[in-house]
Order: sequence, then structure tokens, then C-alpha cells
Amino acid sequence: MKTKAIYFDYASTTPVDPRVAEKMHQCLLLDGNFGNPASRSHEFGWKADEAVEKARLQVADLVNADSREIVWTSGATESDNLAIKGVAKFYKDKGNHIITSKIEHKAVLDPCRQLEREGFEVTYLDPEEDGTVKLDEIKKHVKESTILISLMHINNELGSVNDIKKIGEFTRDKNIIFHVDAAQSIGKLDIDLSKLKVDLMSFSAHKCYGPKGIGALYVRRKPRVRLEALIHGGGHERGFRSGTLATHQIVGMGEACRIAKKEIKKDNEKIKKLSEMFWNEISDIEEIVLNGDRKSKVANITNVSFSYIEGESLIMALKDVAVSSGSACTSASLEPSYVLRALGRADELAHSSIRFSFGRFTTPEEVKMVAETTKRVVRQLRELSPLWDMYLDGVDLDTVEWAHH
Amino acid sequence: MAYSRKVIKKFEDTLNNPAANNVGRLDVNSNSVGTGMVGAPACGDVMRLQIEVDDSNVITDCKFKTYGCGSAIASSQQMIEMLKGKTLEEAKSIKDREIAEVLELPPIKIHCSVLAEDSIKKAIADYESKNA
Repeated sequence: MKTKAIYFDYASTTPVDPRVAEKMHQCLLLDGNFGNPASRSHEFGWKADEAVEKARLQVADLVNADSREIVWTSGATESDNLAIKGVAKFYKDKGNHIITSKIEHKAVLDPCRQLEREGFEVTYLDPEEDGTVKLDEIKKHVKESTILISLMHINNELGSVNDIKKIGEFTRDKNIIFHVDAAQSIGKLDIDLSKLKVDLMSFSAHKCYGPKGIGALYVRRKPRVRLEALIHGGGHERGFRSGTLATHQIVGMGEACRIAKKEIKKDNEKIKKLSEMFWNEISDIEEIVLNGDRKSKVANITNVSFSYIEGESLIMALKDVAVSSGSACTSASLEPSYVLRALGRADELAHSSIRFSFGRFTTPEEVKMVAETTKRVVRQLRELSPLWDMYLDGVDLDTVEWAHH
Repeated sequence: MAYSRKVIKKFEDTLNNPAANNVGRLDVNSNSVGTGMVGAPACGDVMRLQIEVDDSNVITDCKFKTYGCGSAIASSQQMIEMLKGKTLEEAKSIKDREIAEVLELPPIKIHCSVLAEDSIKKAIADYESKNA
């Protein structure tokens, strides 16, 4: 696709690394590794199975797990569903209470809502202003009947990082299963599952330069975590997830993880520099709010609200820059970001947030160009904004009686 | 959001050349000026329309500023094109539906044209109360 647009939406998805694409190509054609990994009766099957198991090792290696703890899924959404519903259904005789937070991804919130409809009780914790969930808050809500705590490692809108080490120590001590959605952190933060007391962890390939449509769920063996499967039909993946394995996708995810392990430090150093450069450029814009905490968040995500400008118009004005809006004005709901609202941001700030996210292929030139364009369109849109006029006139917008509609 | 070409053009023209596209302010205290502000920041859009009316009740000039999505800004611009040169009576009969139709607004953005119609009504009411 030839486009002059600059891609600043890596947190939503990444392009496939050319090295990954090369490996995937090798698993498609008649003269390639196209067999069904479950075919035990011929060489085509054996070879495909070998490739799948190699990829499983590569994923396990990135997070320091045993490869037998990796279950292939279609992506982080399925992993989250399998983890949450699978635990709830298997352990329902032990308890019916689940704890999560208000700023989880919909792939966690929606399964929780579904379980509520089925009779489970779910507590949605309030995050701190920096976008993290604190252990003290969890402790306040744990009950005898709590069977599962599900929290994200990195928040997808803010880049805030939960202390899963500390939380894991607590949940293990209390004998509560701990699930972590690591969709945003794979390949960005060092994850060592031999040290972390995490029982289930969701991964997705397409956030770290692998293909879409493939992910994995880490299921701890010691102490053993059990799940009720969601998909039945052949008992693949030790019964956790039936269905013919997609060799090319799996090989792609394996290669993406191999590269991530090798290049995580280099990628992170580069992105940190770019992120600092970007913030230095745009932070002198008047009335700008960084959502999340600059010191503790990951560098690849910068979420900013520009007061007195609405997010969708900003995205439209930034027409050659691909970013996403925290404001869901772009979707069907016309609701401001639920994540920012949960942090206690006023609706108007939640309506005006933009997430810039960088990745492996971002260049300093692009960062400069996007920063300059952002500064220009913010100025232009404020020129159109009656709220900006009022701000300049010294009117306190909170004292105005608005005609709500 | 998939907008029509018309919305995108109106939005971009307004953004890139505000002075030539009716963006601005008229003297709010002048008796020949009516001001209508509708919407709320918490809802994601605020529209401020000002009309200047001559002795024969004809709208001779309009200015606006709008905080909101692209279609809210385009709707403001469209509304002003429809208002200029009209008498107050004619202006009162402008319906949100006409604005939405001209711009081919997606159904979920109809509230932008409703907001535009409301701002016309409010601006006229303000003018009339000043000159009652």
C-alpha cells in the first residue's frame, strides 16, 4: 500500500517484520511446509509439527516459560476469554468471585460481563490516577469466594504498567489464580515467568511484529492451573483448544518472539529516545495534559489530551498521521474514553485524547514531522473553538450553564 | 468515521482558511447582532453562531466557532451558507434535516445538524429579544 501517511498507531497493531513474513511464506505452498501438524501418518505432518513445536519454544523462551505451558489461540482476545471463562467454569465450586479493573481491555471486561450474566460476581477496581491498580485496592476487595484476579500488564491506552510481581506474590499466597493480559507488553518489557507468580498470561503476535490471527495463552504447570475449554473438536493443544493449528501463523509468532528477545533492548532504547524527542517537541503546547505518568509508563505510548479541542476533529485534521482517539467518537458509541473517565478525567478531556504510539520502524524524521503537524493543527482547531475563546477571555468553563443535549 | 467528500472539504476549508470561511466573532453587545451558543463540552460539541441583521430583517453576516467533531464543524459551515441573505422568517424555517442531507451526514452524526438548527433558533431569539 503506497501512502504518504505516517503510522503512529503501533499499539493498535504492528506491521509484520520482513523476517517474520519470510518464515511464514515457507509454510504455505506445495513445496513448502504446508502439512497439518496433527497428521501423524506422514512426513508433511511431522514437519509441520516440528515447526509448530519450534515456535512454541521460541514463545516460551521470550517469557522464560516451559514450552508445554504455551497454548496456541487465535489472539489475545481468545486467550483472555479462555483464561477467564475457563477458570470461572472449572473452579465454580470453589467460589464465584472475580476481580478485575475498570480500565481493562474489552477482551477482559466483556467476558467478565458475560460471567456476571451467568451468576458470577465481578468486582471492577478503580485505578490510580497514573493508570495502575494498586495491591492495597485489591486487598480491600478480596473475599473467601475470590477465585480469579485478571489485570493487564500494560494499559493499551495509557502505557501504564501494573506491578504484576507484587500482585502475584499476594495472589499466590492467597491461593487465587492470577491472569495477566500481556498483549501490550510482549516484546516491550522483560517478562520472566519463572520468577513471576502469574498463573495465566495472554499474548498476541500482531502487537510485536507478528501476524494477526495468532496468539497464545500461558497456562502454568507448577502449581497446575486447570481450565474448562471453550472450543471442542479433536482435543488439540492438550484439550485446551481444539482446531487445526495454523502452521504459518504459529511460525510467524515464533519468529516474531525470537526477534523480540534478541532486539528488545535495541528497540526499547530507540523508542525511548524518539518518545522523549516527541514529548519535548509537543509539551510546549499550551493546555496539554499527558494521560498517565511520564516516569513510570512505557515509552512507546504517549496519550495526550489537548484541552478545548475535540479528539475526532483532531484526528481528521491530522489526516496524514495514523493515530487513534481515546474518544470513541470514531466508533458507534459516541462515548468518551472509559479508561480516561475511570482515571477521573473530566468528560471534555476524555473527549480530546489522542494516543500516539511508536514502534520498531518509526524514524526521527517522522517524529519531527508529526510533532510539527500536531502543533499546527492544534493551533488551527483552537482558532475554531469557542471554548478556547472563553479560556482566553478568562471564563471558567465549569461555571457556564451548558445547554446539554 | 467515513464521511462524505462534502464534509471533509468543508472541514478542511474551514481549518485551512478560517477567515474566508466565516470563522470569528461579532460584537456580542451590538443590537444588530444575535448570538446563540448550544451544546456542552462534556457532550463533545459546542457551537456558537452569531448573526448580523439589517433594518429589513435580512441576515447580512454570520460568524461561528465550533468545538466538536469534523461533522459538527462542517455542519456549522453549511448552516452559515444557508443563512446568509435570508430574512429572519426564512432562517427560522431551516431544518436540521436539510443540513444533514446536503452534507450526507452518517446517521450517528445527525445530532450535529440538530445542534446547528438549535443554534440558529437561539441566535434569532437573542436578536429578537434585544430588539423587542
